[in-house]
Amino acid sequence: MTARRDWLSLLLRAAVWLAAGLTFSVFLSLVGYVLIRGVPNLAPELFSWKYTSDNGSMLPAIVSTALMTAISLLAAVPLGVFAAIYLTEYAGRGNRLVKAVRLTSETLAGIPSIVYGLFGYLFFLVRLKWDYSLLAGAMTLAIMILPLIMRTTEEALLSVPDGFREGSYALGAGRLRTIFRIALPTAVPGILAGVILATGRIVGETAALLYTAGTYPQLPEGLFSSVRTLSVHMYVLSSEGLHVDKAYATAAVLLVVVAGINALSSSLAKRIARGRG
Amino acid sequence: MRAVFAASASVSIACVLLICLFLFANSIPALNEIGLFRFLSGTRWKPGSNVYGIFPMILGSVCVTVGALVLGVPIALMTAVFMARFCPRRLLGPLTAAVNLLAGIPSVVYGFFGLTVLVPLVRDALGGNGYSILTASLLLGMMILPTVAGVALASIRAVPEGYYEGSLALGASHERSVFFAVLPAARSGVLAGVVLGLGRAIGETMAVIMVAGNQARLPSGLLKGVRTLTTNIVMEMSYATDLHREALIATASVLFVFILVINLSLSLLKRRAGR
Repeated sequence: MTARRDWLSLLLRAAVWLAAGLTFSVFLSLVGYVLIRGVPNLAPELFSWKYTSDNGSMLPAIVSTALMTAISLLAAVPLGVFAAIYLTEYAGRGNRLVKAVRLTSETLAGIPSIVYGLFGYLFFLVRLKWDYSLLAGAMTLAIMILPLIMRTTEEALLSVPDGFREGSYALGAGRLRTIFRIALPTAVPGILAGVILATGRIVGETAALLYTAGTYPQLPEGLFSSVRTLSVHMYVLSSEGLHVDKAYATAAVLLVVVAGINALSSSLAKRIARGRG
Repeated sequence: MRAVFAASASVSIACVLLICLFLFANSIPALNEIGLFRFLSGTRWKPGSNVYGIFPMILGSVCVTVGALVLGVPIALMTAVFMARFCPRRLLGPLTAAVNLLAGIPSVVYGFFGLTVLVPLVRDALGGNGYSILTASLLLGMMILPTVAGVALASIRAVPEGYYEGSLALGASHERSVFFAVLPAARSGVLAGVVLGLGRAIGETMAVIMVAGNQARLPSGLLKGVRTLTTNIVMEMSYATDLHREALIATASVLFVFILVINLSLSLLKRRAGR
């Protein structure tokens, strides 16, 4: 470790420290600013059951977000998990369907949320003649998170040792039983990590929901009633510019929720890593 | 059950086909009426007098994206190098958590931060009204930082240890070994991270709309306002009708084609990195 120090090495060392410092200060200023400005503005009226333009309550939006997340996951998780089962347990190498599925799921993963929003609008609202609704938003988001669920489940299934499957076959179990009793249960932590990531994306989504779920600020009355999620609520508040203090408070709540989701997923990732090691 | 699994796998194919079909089919009437070339190269967007040219928005998207890459990528790369090879053990945990959380913060929160902090900052420091290409680039640079850093970090860590040790054995310093032996070996992965960041920047909507000013005119300076393809859609979709509405859908199609090209180059890069 006594390599000769020259000017270039010193410069490079300074540069990486500077960059890391900058990254960390971006993080600190963003989180610090939102929390410092947001937390003092958290008033009990922000959590009343009924939204009025006076109280700017975010509770209906929080409930809507939870419902939106649940419905999107309900649609996307079974599909994504089944698709991943096909890719890992059934399809052979070089299968043409597999290639097409991979190509399209990579494509889906890269599509910007506003394009999803517009598609959801054209398909669910214009074509199927639904109203701005919880269901239209949730279906749009389900398509958006599908590739994420597929990829994480596939990785989780691939990391299940083949010995598990062989042992199951040796004991006389069929393929389907092996998948549902051996492979899937072993892969659950990995699948869960994907579900948590997807939850984070749903909670943070705005552009895909503006023209599918709408911006109705009250508690949803049913699947076909328009809702606004917390992120959309935050966008409407800050673009109206009337309730900046409430926008700060909403931002703080949103940040805390996302941080919670993040902490959950990293603790899960740690557990998976430990399980393997 | 095999059929059920295969059918589920085919859903993603169906989704991509449906998205293509609905976007393209709904923009063809507008493109027919306006003319593809005039739509793409027209420099004026005046829905009031039925003039639809999205060249300013294409340029706007390019400007803020390039700005974001120029500001974000060097810092992201250096941060990744730091985390992989320079970071004291005690700092690694907090820094990793910070990068992960930055990646998870919703774009509206970024946008709000941009609106309430960056816009006044740029206005006071450099003049103008603060809603500008520069502000949008700064904000997008912050947003793509964790994405690029994450992918770059993974690919730097995947470089075999022998590269580093070999370079050290030849007498190079730690820094030179990392930058001239390890980093070049990771370049396909790093490039993939940059392209991923590019895709995120060009597709970002809600953060940009809050800081970019959104004037539909050719970008004329770093401190001038600009409108991007994404914001064009959100701004006007709520009240657009007829040709105007179709022109907005066609805007999304153009954006979609950009994204397809970016995706294609990303998967080519990944294939090369995997080799």
